[in-house]
Amino acid sequence: MGTGSDESQGRGLMGWINARFPLGKMVREHMTEYYAPKNINFWYYFGSLALLILVNQLVTGIFLTMNYKPSSAEAFSSVEYIMRDVDWGWLIRYLHSTGASAFFIVIYLHMFRALLYGSHRKPRELIWIFGCLIFLVLMAEGFMGYVLPWGNMSYWGAQVIVSLFGSLPYIGGALVEWIRGDYYIADATLNRFFALHVAALPLALIFLVIAHLMALHEVGSNNPDGIEIHDHKDAKGHPLDGIPFHPYYTVKDLVGVAGFLLLFCAVIFFAPTFGGLFLESPNFEPANALQTPPHIAPVWYFTPFYAMLRAVPSFAGTQVWGVLVMGASIVVLFFVPWLDRSPVRSIRYRGPIYKVMLAIFVLSFISLAICGLKPPAGIYPTLAKICTILYFAFFLLMPWYTKFDSVKPVPERVTGHA
Amino acid sequence: MLKSWVLISITLLSAGVAMADEEGGVPLLPAGTDIKNIESLQRGARNFMNYCSGCHSLKYLRYNRLAVDLGIPAPELAGSLMFTSDKAFDTINSAMPKDSEGWFGKQPPDLSLIARARGVDYLYSYMKGFYVDKTRPWGVNNLYLPSAAMPDVLAQLHGLQKPVFKNEPDDRGSARMVLVGVDAMTPGALKPEEYDQFVRDIANFLDYTGEPVKEKRQSMGVFVTLFLLVFFVFAYQLKKEYWKDVH
Repeated sequence: MGTGSDESQGRGLMGWINARFPLGKMVREHMTEYYAPKNINFWYYFGSLALLILVNQLVTGIFLTMNYKPSSAEAFSSVEYIMRDVDWGWLIRYLHSTGASAFFIVIYLHMFRALLYGSHRKPRELIWIFGCLIFLVLMAEGFMGYVLPWGNMSYWGAQVIVSLFGSLPYIGGALVEWIRGDYYIADATLNRFFALHVAALPLALIFLVIAHLMALHEVGSNNPDGIEIHDHKDAKGHPLDGIPFHPYYTVKDLVGVAGFLLLFCAVIFFAPTFGGLFLESPNFEPANALQTPPHIAPVWYFTPFYAMLRAVPSFAGTQVWGVLVMGASIVVLFFVPWLDRSPVRSIRYRGPIYKVMLAIFVLSFISLAICGLKPPAGIYPTLAKICTILYFAFFLLMPWYTKFDSVKPVPERVTGHA
Repeated sequence: MLKSWVLISITLLSAGVAMADEEGGVPLLPAGTDIKNIESLQRGARNFMNYCSGCHSLKYLRYNRLAVDLGIPAPELAGSLMFTSDKAFDTINSAMPKDSEGWFGKQPPDLSLIARARGVDYLYSYMKGFYVDKTRPWGVNNLYLPSAAMPDVLAQLHGLQKPVFKNEPDDRGSARMVLVGVDAMTPGALKPEEYDQFVRDIANFLDYTGEPVKEKRQSMGVFVTLFLLVFFVFAYQLKKEYWKDVH
């Protein structure tokens, strides 16, 4: 009688825990006996790095919350208090503010990886959808976090973004009022954005990340060859081309972490504002409802979408089309697994059309980011219009060009290892 | 793999550099400040307290923090820098009463973060950019901040300056006068080089007040980077060791 006597559950403390909680089982399922393809390369670092940044944001965020005051009268000063009077407050704040930008860099590269190797294809559609939801929540999280320091760009950025909802027909005006909790961006807005930023959205983010990982571990990781490693197994039922996640990928991801931290800390210690990209100069002046910054641009990670918004002219007396196009630019991502009709997953075995389309897509996305940062003058409005069309062309024409594109023969087993 | 990291960092850095240049108007003068130059910071603090703190506060900086960071002994701090308070833990307030808004048309702004908002080059240029303009309430205007509300409080040091105009055709081809610079009119108490250094020290000091930890942050960053380089090498060797048996 008694629990813990089962040999498979181990002895000592671990045995005691395992008889009551599936700790050993979870470690085996997700670490030591989770078989990942042996050939996954550089582009696969960004998943674990995104997780690292999420933890960084949560931990530094908690410490910031201990000293930050979410009121329009005190928010700005409390951030300066953190920067000057709180022990290591400056480091915590820079870790958090740089972490926000790093999060988006890593997520964009992570999404690009999926487009490279077809990681969104059957049976991984749900992984992709959870990922898109994470991206969406992250955008809301980033936006609300940017408002909290209550600098002048926080204020006017919030003003511009929130008023976008006002262009929706019928409900627009009431909706904007409901979001702001006031007739203008005010104390009530800051308070609710704080609540959403530190409680609701991080919680949603954590649950979605868990769902993302559970779905991934259910079907297994894709790889640069875009073939299933589970089709070839050894006598014990382990994939021949798979290796246990721990220790192989834990030590490998450690190299990725070291490389990432080098860049990340270089920014934190030597260029925390990153030339006004990560922390914008007007945000060092407190929010001032009477003084508009000369040029309002959202933080860099929103600018591709902001550029698309501005690229669409008003029509039939309303600006709503730009807002709809911006919304569609995110929504279209969710459909990628079904838009892609190629018989192969990986870019290695796709034909030239997909390669060209993907290159054009990346270039137009970067161009849109630059257009969104610049004032709408000179070549930028035209460039933004062209790139908006190219952005959507990549997705909406995908069913055709992926279907008719030539393909190379796909190998039975994965090629090489990293 | 290393190649890809380098590639990504270069892309990011060039994006940052591309964003750094901007803004029209008269090009700013390079301030040439150095946050590591303690003597310059001390002189800047003295200049600021004597010429600026009457109207401008540094409400996020405490006297004692200033003393520690700039190596100023307590008696010196109390004797020659603390004009608006007798408590060393106080923040630096201006001598302006609360109801002084009407004096200059607006309340003189707090300058704690001005260097972070506008940059040191702007501050250096601004203090060198005053010129005589009879149409303005204080008889002066500024090359870098048109219709500046501030009087030229440093005029006694640098002397009066006159505007320099250039004839430039506008878009439609008709001639118009464009303000391109300032020129000395009367000599001041300081020689031009002395005045340059005087305002450079203030700009440097304001760079310090914008982020008192800046110098410490950068010097600490060197050690963090070195540590991470070593960590990277060890992590890479560890990975190689573990992956030996993967074929």
